[in-house]
Amino acid sequence: MSGLIFNLFIFVLASFIGFELISKVPPTLHTPLMSGANAISGITIIGAVVVAGQVESEIAQIIGFCAIVFATINVVGGFMVTDRMLEMFKKKD
Amino acid sequence: PDIIQLVYLLATGIFIIGIKRLGSPATARSGNQLAALGMFIGIVVTLFDQQIISFDYIIGGILLGSAIGAFAAKKVEMTAMPEMVAIFNGFGGGASALVAWGELSRVADPTILAGQDLVTIGLSILIGSITFTGSFIAFGKLQGFISGNPVTFSGQNFFNALLTIVSLVLVGWLAFDPANQLIFWILFGIALLLGMMTVLPIGGADMPVVISLLNSYSGLAASMAGFVINNNLLIISGALVGAAGLILTNIMCKAMNRTLGNVLFGAFGGDNSDSGGPAA
Repeated sequence: MSGLIFNLFIFVLASFIGFELISKVPPTLHTPLMSGANAISGITIIGAVVVAGQVESEIAQIIGFCAIVFATINVVGGFMVTDRMLEMFKKKD
Repeated sequence: PDIIQLVYLLATGIFIIGIKRLGSPATARSGNQLAALGMFIGIVVTLFDQQIISFDYIIGGILLGSAIGAFAAKKVEMTAMPEMVAIFNGFGGGASALVAWGELSRVADPTILAGQDLVTIGLSILIGSITFTGSFIAFGKLQGFISGNPVTFSGQNFFNALLTIVSLVLVGWLAFDPANQLIFWILFGIALLLGMMTVLPIGGADMPVVISLLNSYSGLAASMAGFVINNNLLIISGALVGAAGLILTNIMCKAMNRTLGNVLFGAFGGDNSDSGGPAA
């Protein structure tokens, strides 16, 4: 049980940091910020790697493989597309 | 081992600085690049985890996912960015649901799993699946595959509330009866349906707000997946994105003089209506 409580502490504290991180964001940055944060949520790729890398169950490995493909699309596509948006943003100035 | 955890701590710090920098025009691009670096570090160090024995599926999956993601990111038109983000977000949410499903099917007898682990598995499947289908409906509305006008029927809010309650009951049921395949599949199905039903009644003009909210959900789903595999980096990064995404959603609503409740349940902001106008 203490493991769960510890994880809950981390979860709640990290949520507070997340709330505080974003304050005044100019409207032009709304979409890039959303896109960048979205790429970070692809962190679930680490969970996918853990599931695909075990050898206890072949079915779980295949599910893990699909999860890796999905999460990698999110991560690679997400960071690249955010960079493209921000690159354009800079040129406009 | 401890060294992996310390590198995770480093990656967490990089993510926090990255998100902070993304919020300001002068530093935004470097913020995004920092976050990408944090992600890279996190993934590489995970490969040294002793739990990870087989690398075939990992390498194959990363190569395939990178190729698809990079191709899509290069090809997309600048005007189609919100729908591209929606698609990426949907895949992220779907991945979290799959991680939970994988963990559940990894053990031969799921009844040996602790109740609390089963609850987080259920929540991860629920939130991840809602994000998955919801994001694809948002994409469809912006692309015009699905009508941009609100799709409504009488009793819709009641029906959606009922689906939400049933899905939460099923999460609890799965925790008591994890070997019951039927409960698992019904939960999966209702969660996928709920994602569609939540986004369909919202007008096309409000999709950016919806995508931002779904982004917050995918963060929450990742965090739940972190509870499932007991990984701090996932719990923290997911919670950061979940909370930051919620604040950003709120800021975007305020910019349109709307409240989030009004966007979600107001069923307006179709293709023809002006999104800043008063409710009909």
